[in-house]
Amino acid sequence: MNYLTAILGHIGGSLLLLVRTVKYLPTLPRQFPRFIEQCYLIGYTSLPIVTILSFFIGSVLALQSGYSMENFGAKQFIGTLVGLTMARELGPVMVAILIAGRVGSAITAELASMKVYQEIDALTTMNIPPERMLVLPRLAAIVVMMPVLAIIANLCGWYGGALVCQYTHSISVDSEAYFTALKAYMKPKDIVDGLVKAEVFGFVIITVCCYIGLNTRGGPREIGASVTKAVVTSLILILVLDYFVTKALLFT
Amino acid sequence: MSSTFTASPFAGKTFGVTVTNVTKSFGKATVLRDVSLEVKPGEIFCIMGPSGSGKTVLLKHIAGLETATSGGVKIGDFDAANPETRNKVHLALVFQAGALFNSLSVYDNLALYPREHRQCNEAGIRERVMHALSILSLEKAANKFPSDLSGGMKKRVAIARALVMEPQLLLYDEPTSELDPVMSATLTEIIATLREQTAVTSVVVTHDRDLAFAIADRLAFVMDGRIRGVGTPAEFKNPTDPVIANFLNPVIDLKNPRFKQLENSHE
Repeated sequence: MNYLTAILGHIGGSLLLLVRTVKYLPTLPRQFPRFIEQCYLIGYTSLPIVTILSFFIGSVLALQSGYSMENFGAKQFIGTLVGLTMARELGPVMVAILIAGRVGSAITAELASMKVYQEIDALTTMNIPPERMLVLPRLAAIVVMMPVLAIIANLCGWYGGALVCQYTHSISVDSEAYFTALKAYMKPKDIVDGLVKAEVFGFVIITVCCYIGLNTRGGPREIGASVTKAVVTSLILILVLDYFVTKALLFT
Repeated sequence: MSSTFTASPFAGKTFGVTVTNVTKSFGKATVLRDVSLEVKPGEIFCIMGPSGSGKTVLLKHIAGLETATSGGVKIGDFDAANPETRNKVHLALVFQAGALFNSLSVYDNLALYPREHRQCNEAGIRERVMHALSILSLEKAANKFPSDLSGGMKKRVAIARALVMEPQLLLYDEPTSELDPVMSATLTEIIATLREQTAVTSVVVTHDRDLAFAIADRLAFVMDGRIRGVGTPAEFKNPTDPVIANFLNPVIDLKNPRFKQLENSHE
């Protein structure tokens, strides 16, 4: 029972943090340098790993589907399968998982040590709300960067699949046929759905990681524990929300 | 000091602090028991007491960083625990460990407050920051990062940061610990003269008897979470309370050290 109230308390706290942060949205223009810095940290520095990961996911997807679809002679639809899977599911989810591990952990560690070393208290006494100075630029940056990263992941995945299809002997579907199949069944809504998912995950990652970071108490060990907790919570929420968001998007 | 520190739009208004029956518990541990105090506007009020007696927690209540289990703190007419109060009263807290922003240079640490509150342009900020740094002879450290500073320097930067804020209520947590005697004296002078420059109320938590007796208008002794005595320094020159007398003038007795007395009393 105590456990349940604690969980509800955390959910409430995170939502409250989100609301308070959004309230400071009008101050974003004058925090532009901070916003750009966060875009750089969240988006630009994540680019290499996002491209590598999605490229290989696309290629493996093509390889596996080539193997299984050969059985019923549907090799020409590999492009459709890889295209839709990347755009609707694997692109946004993989980017979210990467960002949770790469950026979420860094954010929690930074905010948790600021809290533990009383920097957050100092901000509070200086009448500078941490939500405004620390959370808002990150939230704005991830809102801008998640769709960009998801699009890049989609493209890399598609090209990875195309490359494998063309140069693997057992599959050998040339890239023209691959992309024709990819385009044939791809609607703009499929791409948009994927980007909506990426956006939702971005919100969740920043809210959870900032909330847990800002509520750390104790010392170095608690900072470590907070980082673990933030990443694990983000991952679970991404996977659970993925199901419900997908369901909502598919049947609307 | 020049007139740089009188530019605050709030200058002239002073606020007193009223602590009414504050009790604070962390879980089972009760740190403050029914503490009541009154700090008059413009006063320098020193809170003394042994380590772990709850002085810092009391200061955090005044700063609004902690909420009392029962009772309350008022700054002027405003509730200290309400975040809105900080829009009405400029307060600054000098943390014992400094609490500097480790990812910002010393200069940016000081400039953060005027920048965030858009008090003046960069040139004006530069003037204010460099002035505060020069008072604490820190000009050379302006471009260093907190991790490159010694403990005493961090403390001075923290104080400089509070000065840049031009507060109406300045709270110091052990401002002179970790400082050498000359710097302690300088700082004592700064705390005392700041009041002549701006209408600031100062609450100083300290162990430093020299500081407290030199500049305090009134002193309070906190022991074991309770107020043991409040009065002017003159009244405490010859304290009647043996506990306070022992705290102010502990006799170092090598023949019969305290820790041995403690051991004997346990037997």
